[in-house]
Amino acid sequence: MEELSSTDIAVNLLIFVMATFLGLELVRHVSRLLHTPLMSLTNAISGVSVVAALVVLARPSDTLVTVLATTAVALAASNSIGGFMITERILRMFRKQEKTGR
Amino acid sequence: MSVQLVPYLYIASVALFILSLKWLSGVRTSRFGNWAGALGMVIAVGATLIAFKAGRYDLLVIAVAIGALIGVPIALFMPMTAVPQRTALSHAFGSLAAALVGTAEFYQKSPDINSFTMSILAVEMILGYLTFTGSLIAFSKLQELFLDRPITYKGRNIITLSVLGIALALAVALVLDPSQTVLLPLMAATALVFGILLVIGIGGADMPTVIAILNSYAGLSAAALGLVLNNKLLIVAGALDGSSGFILAVLMCKAMNRSFLNVLFGGVGAVKASKEKEEEVYSGRVKSASPEEVAALLETASRVVVVPGYGLAVAQAQHALGDLCKLLESKGVVVEFGIHPVAGRMPGHMNVLLAEADVPYEKLREMDAINPTFRETDVALVVGANDVVNPLARDTDSANPIAGMPILDVDAAKTVVVIKRSLSPGFAGIPNPLFAADNTLMLFGDAKQMVLALTAAVKGA
Repeated sequence: MEELSSTDIAVNLLIFVMATFLGLELVRHVSRLLHTPLMSLTNAISGVSVVAALVVLARPSDTLVTVLATTAVALAASNSIGGFMITERILRMFRKQEKTGR
Repeated sequence: MSVQLVPYLYIASVALFILSLKWLSGVRTSRFGNWAGALGMVIAVGATLIAFKAGRYDLLVIAVAIGALIGVPIALFMPMTAVPQRTALSHAFGSLAAALVGTAEFYQKSPDINSFTMSILAVEMILGYLTFTGSLIAFSKLQELFLDRPITYKGRNIITLSVLGIALALAVALVLDPSQTVLLPLMAATALVFGILLVIGIGGADMPTVIAILNSYAGLSAAALGLVLNNKLLIVAGALDGSSGFILAVLMCKAMNRSFLNVLFGGVGAVKASKEKEEEVYSGRVKSASPEEVAALLETASRVVVVPGYGLAVAQAQHALGDLCKLLESKGVVVEFGIHPVAGRMPGHMNVLLAEADVPYEKLREMDAINPTFRETDVALVVGANDVVNPLARDTDSANPIAGMPILDVDAAKTVVVIKRSLSPGFAGIPNPLFAADNTLMLFGDAKQMVLALTAAVKGA
């Protein structure tokens, strides 16, 4: 393994902590109205684990590792593709009151 | 394209993920938010493919095609009432994906893993596997396949925590000696069992909190994967997801005046009120009304506030309710909706159901905004909600399960109309004095039938 230096580890932990606080701050401002699409969107974004699967697959690996990582690609892809699509479907339903009245 | 570009593509992708959450803060920008997220994902995957020449592109294409075949039909055809189930299922998929990648990484690297990386990897796998089975149980409860009642037994918490203890002990053993590959399936299995035990005892009322917690875990396991692989994109995306789930879980707990630990280990929902107390509250004081009487009240009102609960979705009455409100508005009545934070089965679920029924989102008001207005409200129409309008919650000294829970102050309205099948208790299992209040009229029946009857009566008048 490309051994991580202690600086790398510290920088990564720093990024993790800062991204967590940024996430808390961003989500605090999301309207309650949109909490369901927020959840389906973050869920789709968590499909980035597909990136991790690709990194693992790029290295020479035996059958077990290939099977595990390829299954992960399928699962994460279904999550991401489906997640963005259903978020779009939900958000399209939120519409403004028409000025003319009904 | 050259590999030197990859880190910059990752930065672009991270920025898009952050913008995605930022734009979700308001309805007007929210769709840009979703597109930004999707674009960020495409860039992330594209950049990774540039940087790492995956040997088997054929396998990748097949895997993505299978994923799309599962994900797309669900996303297109799932009814909005079932969005909580879909979310639980996708938490299961996402966390299993993260757990499998962690497992693959372990087998690829073992025994050449330092203790720091191994600890993170072990935590990542435990989180991933427990979220997988936990989410599957949540899915089955939400879909009402089986186990939809909380399953509690003597010593539940001790057993649950011991299983977690075993999983953690195996993790420590792996950190001390990463060459013990045989321990990994054992650790994975105990984490899977722990996920089942954790969620199986939780009742329907707590599902919004549980889903939010599982969302947070799924994000955290992706972030942990980033720490293991030294991939900063994964760290940021996972942390954003984890903190989002965490905030939602905290909001849900606050909305029910519960703590995290109480939700996970309390097993509330199994409490049953004694019969006498119910009779004491209701005896001879409950007034029932006919749809025509209620229709007359609604028509002559100047302001009506509708308080929907999950019973509305169960009866599939949201479209009928949307039509009734349009009709009332055409007669000059101001109609608004008071939405309790835990209405529905996941955070924000009721808003989605009403938006689908063509209710403009400006009419959907949060609890804190609508509560002061009940005093100037002529009719508060409660449809399929119970515990969230129960005045017993204000009695903070009492031992009832909802004491201290913030509620919608419908009883301050001139008249309260409650559409409900019977006087049966809600999730909390306690009687509701609102039903026997002087200014309350009960409209007994199925929510959809009654709303349709009201619409017909208003039209006919």
